[in-house]
Amino acid sequence: MAVEQAGGQGLGLIGRMGMAPQPISRESVEKKPRIRDADRAVPSVCPYCAVGCSQLVYVKDRRIIDIEGNPESPINEGTLCPKGAATYQYLVNPNRLTTVRYRAPHSDHWEDRPLEWAMDRIAALIKETRDASFVERTPEGKLVNQTTAIATLGGATMDIEENYLIKKLFGAGLGVVSIENQARI
Amino acid sequence: MGSNMAENHPVGFRWPMQAKERGATIIHVDPRFSRTSAVADLYVPIRPGSDIAFLGGLINYVLNHDKWFKEYVIAYTNASSIVGDDYVDAEDNGGLFSGYDPKSGSYDNASWAYSGPPQEAKEDASAHTGHGMEGTSPAKHRPARDETLQHPRSVFQILKHHYARYTPEMVERVCGTPQSLFLQVAEVLTRNSGRERTSAICYAVGWTQQSYGAQIIRAAGILQLLLGNIGRPGGGIMALRGHASIQGSTDVPTLFDLLPGYLPHPAAFKGDDTLERYMRESAVRGGYWSNLPKFMVSLLKAWYGDAATAENEFGYQWIPKLTGDHSHISTSAAMADGKVKGFVVFGQNPANGSAHAGLQRRALTQLDWMVAIDLYETETAAFWYAAPEGWKPADIKTEVFLLPSAGPPEKDGTFTNTQRLLQFHDKAVDPPEDARSDLWFLYHLGRRLKELYSGSTNPRDQGLLNLTWDYLPGRPNPEWRIKDEPSDEKVLMEINGYTVADGKQLPDFERLKADGSTACGVWIYSGVFPGPEKNMARRRTRSPDNDVNPEWGFAWPGNRRILYNRASADPAGQPWSERKKYVWWDAAAGKWTGRDVPDFPAKKAPGTPAKERGSGIDLHSGSDPFTLKADGRGWLFAPSGLKDGPLPTHYEPLESPLSNALYERQDSPVAKRFPRKDNAISPPGDPGYPYIVTTYRVTEQYTSGVMSRWNSWLSELMPEMFAEISPELAREKGIANLDWITVSTPRNQIECKALVTQRMRPLRHDGRLIHTVGLPYHWGYKGLVKGAMANDLVALSEEPNVYIQEDKAMTCSLRKGRLR
Repeated sequence: MAVEQAGGQGLGLIGRMGMAPQPISRESVEKKPRIRDADRAVPSVCPYCAVGCSQLVYVKDRRIIDIEGNPESPINEGTLCPKGAATYQYLVNPNRLTTVRYRAPHSDHWEDRPLEWAMDRIAALIKETRDASFVERTPEGKLVNQTTAIATLGGATMDIEENYLIKKLFGAGLGVVSIENQARI
Repeated sequence: MGSNMAENHPVGFRWPMQAKERGATIIHVDPRFSRTSAVADLYVPIRPGSDIAFLGGLINYVLNHDKWFKEYVIAYTNASSIVGDDYVDAEDNGGLFSGYDPKSGSYDNASWAYSGPPQEAKEDASAHTGHGMEGTSPAKHRPARDETLQHPRSVFQILKHHYARYTPEMVERVCGTPQSLFLQVAEVLTRNSGRERTSAICYAVGWTQQSYGAQIIRAAGILQLLLGNIGRPGGGIMALRGHASIQGSTDVPTLFDLLPGYLPHPAAFKGDDTLERYMRESAVRGGYWSNLPKFMVSLLKAWYGDAATAENEFGYQWIPKLTGDHSHISTSAAMADGKVKGFVVFGQNPANGSAHAGLQRRALTQLDWMVAIDLYETETAAFWYAAPEGWKPADIKTEVFLLPSAGPPEKDGTFTNTQRLLQFHDKAVDPPEDARSDLWFLYHLGRRLKELYSGSTNPRDQGLLNLTWDYLPGRPNPEWRIKDEPSDEKVLMEINGYTVADGKQLPDFERLKADGSTACGVWIYSGVFPGPEKNMARRRTRSPDNDVNPEWGFAWPGNRRILYNRASADPAGQPWSERKKYVWWDAAAGKWTGRDVPDFPAKKAPGTPAKERGSGIDLHSGSDPFTLKADGRGWLFAPSGLKDGPLPTHYEPLESPLSNALYERQDSPVAKRFPRKDNAISPPGDPGYPYIVTTYRVTEQYTSGVMSRWNSWLSELMPEMFAEISPELAREKGIANLDWITVSTPRNQIECKALVTQRMRPLRHDGRLIHTVGLPYHWGYKGLVKGAMANDLVALSEEPNVYIQEDKAMTCSLRKGRLR
């Protein structure tokens, strides 16, 4: 890896060029590039603004160890802004949710629940609300096959494939009309 | 204009900066002196909400000083088209165009149509408007034209008349921009446009979040067409969109009024009772939209598979029909009134990030259930115990699910960036514990619902039961812990489209058919996955000899990087200049060629005459570049497609300290207000709310903060909410830098620290000093750093074409001290 070589040769170069040795701490001497021991670098796209900067996600032992700009990209040529450069912490962060949290009606606390339980319950609630609110025809007799009692709102850091399934499942499948997105905002 | 690109699109801004190093001039027109202003060649202050007056002033300057690009304008725009006798311009009617009905607050656009012999057998389908359909409705008549542009009802003369009063003096009066600065902009822009040079205009939500946002962009479109800056390298109007795939969410879309690929969503009130009627009303005889039936039937085949047959209208009736405005803002109002029972929120945070956030939070208390899916606990998920209203959880009935989701490196998927470029991101690791991709959630939710409804013979359930839903991979990738993850590429292949008979992926949208033999999820994306293992969004090859880089990702449509690039060549098909050579006609080979994929029929020669009969782009000549338009021309005047007028006209924002200096009509006659007790809007010049307030973002935080305020690095860089005010206003109110202040609108009030800077500059209007207050909107009540929410101050309102709230120009009051 190019970065690794440059880092490793730094001190030697100074010596070879005959410059006066600078006082360097032991910590600095032992420092290594964060990406040095990566098993692989996986191409990704920055999750923040819409410029579409390409990133390289460095993985070691199935864990992300760093995220950097991809120098190959004609869009960002390896650069990232402060947010893009902080993407690592967006993913690797002790504050992240990793379990399903559930709050029962009128309850004053979250509870952890199994994912499969939550999925079953959500599906049942959607069916219940849809069945209770579905309108086949308007009072004038027009066929509308819709429900306005369920709404979805999607963020714009979702993949196009995910958006496509929202529209397909909730719109074409369930008859939900209020399917909206950050793109409206 | 309407963008702080250096701050909000920093890496994209590298390119204007590199252009500057090579001699380009950067102009920044903005209410605040920002990071972009600091590196621009020319900073030009402007009052929030007055962009159309400024752009109209430039249009007037271009026309008056004879600076328009004559060959381009005559050949490529509708300047020569003649508008019907019944048309009355806003200039002659107190700011209203003909066709206005004050009772319904809407326009009938019949009188805006071109004059000329009636076209055979085609009704006006102008009812369909909104994203992307602007300009796709057919003109009622084949236009009569006067290429001398002298006819008093020619578009050119109407344009001249409409903008004649938008003088530099008027610009100064309305925008607060000193005339000398305005004239410098006009001179730089006109000097830098023509055969040899092009200018680009960049904008962002500073334009769209106004009650006439679409018309501001239209005004830029008129200016750029007059200067010959559309369809050419270095030209254009660039929407700087704010989120990684917000373009994708618009294209696919998750918007209520559209089906994938900008097909209008069927609506009961438009009379879309049958598929045949919907297609007849929506298709346009002239131009590429004549193919709409192919896109629509292919979409229905993609969704309902074998169950979609000619006999059952390909399942058309299973698609719900709209019965009104189901936009986010309208739905929020309905939710606050208890009419919405269930709400699914994917990576979104309305309790903080949407207009009138206090009303949004109250709306959540009215739900029976809510599902929030995110990487972090959002203000929306936590409303029941953490909202500033201090509700008792015991009083709130809403059943809340908060599901952990996955970030881009934890799943395969595609983003569409602001240049319409589809880029694939590869899965690098599994998401932690129970976190899953939204694709996983949707697939398994759909699977469960299909099971719950299985066996139902109720007609209303057949759409769901017939949905094609085969997305599990043939063999799960052994590398991953999560074994039941659906195959993202299977979904992308459906989006691309395939031949029904053999399941083979389609090479492009030209192959789509209206007879049910092809299926295609999003027609504009067709070509992204043209064969097995051929994921074009995953291409990552640079082209050293072509700065268009056609092999990096995939741009829709058909990998074309500049839309309407036929206009980069002259009517005869030759480049306007060697310097601006891009796409041209190769006579020897008998086809269009160049650095980009030509956005034009490959073998249609420049001299091809327009056909008189038939449909589609055959009705366009070989020199009509705007293939999606009914008449093949760039529209200076929009005879249909917009709900608020054929020409951009200056109105004041819904809340403004000033009266409209140009017209009797104060504000947009068709913008939607929500006259509710909890949504008061200040009247013009309200002395109780004398200052303008505008919202914005900073580099180090991100929208409502969910993706940045849980991040210690970013939170440390930008830890605290503030209101930015000028030293003049601070003096007037006795406020020192970092004092606590309270900012109020009739909707709500918030407290934060004052940031007193010279970046905010009061502007003089008719001798009166008008102050603007700037508010970032990144903070909330969850996260590592917390603070007041600017969106608490915003009203529910809707721009009439695209239903976006106005938060870039409101009025407020301000006082020293805290809330209590």
